[in-house]
Amino acid sequence: MSTEAKRQTNKATRADILGALGILPVLILICIIFAILSPNFATPNNFINVLRQASINVVLAAGMTFVILTAGIDLSVGAILGASAVVALQVSLMPQWGWAAIPAGLLAGLAFGLINGLLIAYLKLSPFVVTLGAYSAVRGAAYLLANNGQTVINSNLSFAAIGNDSFLGVPWLVWIALLVILASWFILRRTVLGVHVYAVGGNEQAARLTGIKVPRVLLFVYGFSGLCAGLAGVMSAARLYSANGILGTGYELDAIAAVVLGGTSLAGGVGSVLGTTLGAMIIAVLNNGLTILGVSSFWQLVVKGVVIVIAVAVDRLRTARAGR
Amino acid sequence: MDMFMEPSNPSPLPGAPPALEMRHISKAFPGVQALKDVSFVAYAGEIHALMGENGAGKSTLMKILAGAYSADSGEIRVFGQPVRIAGPLDARRVGINLIYQELNLARNLTVAENIFMGVEPARSGLIDRAAMRRAAREVLEQLGASFGPETPLSRLSIAEGQLVEIARALMFRSQVLVMDEPTAALSERETERLFELIRRLRDQGIAVVYISHRMAEVYALADKVTVLRDGQYIGTLEKKEINAERVVQMMVGRPVQDFYEHRTARTKGEVMLEVRGITDGKKVQPSSFSVRAGEILGLAGLIGAGRTELARLIFGADPKASGAVRIGGQPVRIQSPTDAIAAGIGYVPENRKEQGLFLQMASGDNIAMNVLSHYAAAGIINPIGVGQLVRQAIKDLSIRVASPATRAINLSGGNQQKLLLARWLAIGPKVLILDEPTRGVDIGAKAEIYRLIGELAAKGVAVVFISSELPEVVGMSDRVLVMREGHLVGELDPARGDVISQEHIMAYATGVKEMEVRA
Repeated sequence: MSTEAKRQTNKATRADILGALGILPVLILICIIFAILSPNFATPNNFINVLRQASINVVLAAGMTFVILTAGIDLSVGAILGASAVVALQVSLMPQWGWAAIPAGLLAGLAFGLINGLLIAYLKLSPFVVTLGAYSAVRGAAYLLANNGQTVINSNLSFAAIGNDSFLGVPWLVWIALLVILASWFILRRTVLGVHVYAVGGNEQAARLTGIKVPRVLLFVYGFSGLCAGLAGVMSAARLYSANGILGTGYELDAIAAVVLGGTSLAGGVGSVLGTTLGAMIIAVLNNGLTILGVSSFWQLVVKGVVIVIAVAVDRLRTARAGR
Repeated sequence: MDMFMEPSNPSPLPGAPPALEMRHISKAFPGVQALKDVSFVAYAGEIHALMGENGAGKSTLMKILAGAYSADSGEIRVFGQPVRIAGPLDARRVGINLIYQELNLARNLTVAENIFMGVEPARSGLIDRAAMRRAAREVLEQLGASFGPETPLSRLSIAEGQLVEIARALMFRSQVLVMDEPTAALSERETERLFELIRRLRDQGIAVVYISHRMAEVYALADKVTVLRDGQYIGTLEKKEINAERVVQMMVGRPVQDFYEHRTARTKGEVMLEVRGITDGKKVQPSSFSVRAGEILGLAGLIGAGRTELARLIFGADPKASGAVRIGGQPVRIQSPTDAIAAGIGYVPENRKEQGLFLQMASGDNIAMNVLSHYAAAGIINPIGVGQLVRQAIKDLSIRVASPATRAINLSGGNQQKLLLARWLAIGPKVLILDEPTRGVDIGAKAEIYRLIGELAAKGVAVVFISSELPEVVGMSDRVLVMREGHLVGELDPARGDVISQEHIMAYATGVKEMEVRA
């Protein structure tokens, strides 16, 4: 009986992975193209580079996946990243409080996320409107916290190691991103809360009639997204030994792109964090490969946009042909 | 303006090829063989009824005809010529038009604009409104419509909207006109008028394919009946062979006797659910009643009488203005579905897709949703425990599903409904409110759902059974309450000498009879 149960769960998990891997051929194709065009692309060093460049977006996009699974959106993660990074850096400069820099950055992100969540869950405001407001307000806060628009620098940053050092040859940033992916996967697939996230996104009315406390689930996803943004802020600050109000501008769009590329439905209820990871990898490979090829940054933007739309279109066609 | 249907030969030549021939059509969806080698033939100048239970394959067959789905195998011929239908425009081009239950019209446009949608007559790129009006008016007159081409669609009734759809079909020189349950939303008079029109179209030589569940309509209208069952062709009856028993037997696959009769001898226990003066101050007037353990209480009434609203008040889905609920004699405070569930009340809502199911999620998740926390430690689910629960439920309710991982959207209506029943059975309910549990469920699954409800009551669950289908209310209920305009207006209790019958229920439901509910 129990082996049978395991078999069933394994089967469900396999289907889950296969669904998420839908975009994998695109990623492989892009890698092959870059490998052919440049000898500098397919090297171990560059591979690590790509992973490091992807790490911050992966963390943001993991949080974004939770939000989008509930049919919501979080436009404020870039701003929260900036504000959290500044908070972490300011605290790191306080003589007695240096140790509290990382918790402070995380808490700042969590707090902003919870404010979003409270407004969305209990005042029933639209996620787009609330996080659009936060996009501006939190960005302003980031500049203000950074001594009115300065760049806050700490060349003796106590946690700089996580931004610049490696463990077993892999940068700490990458380990952190990996941990966030695993944690997100675990929450979504193995906890009651995770199932409820899918339920609320799939059918909010039915979720309510099933006794799921919908507002709590919403509060959780926006809080989690904020926490991820806070973590991403700490990661950025650690990498740069500094932070300012402009940090993370536009990052929310890369995070949303990664989620959508990964096959998560903007209508909610369908998707996975594994897909999001692949989506984030596609974006990172494009950025990296185009830079290696010496393509101008303006063209990079164009190519990135076009690839995102084509990749999603191909995925939709594929799933449509599979007959739902 | 050569778009009009020219009057065709009303009586087809003997030996002429049929207007429509669908040969050996098969179609599979994930987990379901929707059509298996189905053939269907309709001649010009006949009304051909297509019958079958929900899920029998009627809609799939017609969607293939309309180009909404493509068949896995098989062939379609129109007047003997093989045709390829890959989309709605292809269907129109070969003279096939479908009128769905839900009309395909733009409410913000005029009648003429709707008729010509997509094929607007144009002169050097500019829309030729005069020609459009003229042509539309001609066709509308031909149909005997009481409205003109310039009328905005928003001002028309559903019946008039259907006329617009028919006008559009004629404009495309329809040879084959498929109508899917066209009378579902029509009054009796409108139905009569529609029938006249359909007969006239037939006499003009159009092949009319008429999909309906209602025997009476098929009697009145059809020249032939073809029956599908479980995606297979069962047979075709000529007009003189059509009789209700035979058709139903073909649809169900066995003789129907006492189909709805599922009352079993049960011992009823103490009062389990007691509702006192519950009201929302709007659609539900203060209502009081009680249900015993092991009792099936039918809640009847016309659509809109407030039965669903009453159920949602008890369940805490909508805020109540006043009133109290007791479970097993104990007062309970219910302000949300969470409270109701904690008190042991389950509610299967009337619209399972919108209010009940998580269509994109696994069947197993749908079943276990209410009790996940019972199978979790520190919020982490024990997949083995949940798996056992789910497989037991699938077995107990004989839910036909490939695996617990199959998404709910891929199940048939009856099996989807069983998912919801399983979900509520998992909480071990004391009270279960079932709102139209057999709506959109095929006959075979209906019988199983009746059996399940009977078994539940036998286990001591107090069941509130809301239904608009009188035969099942009469067949299932130990006692019946009737609601009208937000009031409980009648009670039929055999223990007090009342007879539960459709006539008695209707007398209360329509206001012919009225009385205070005995507490």
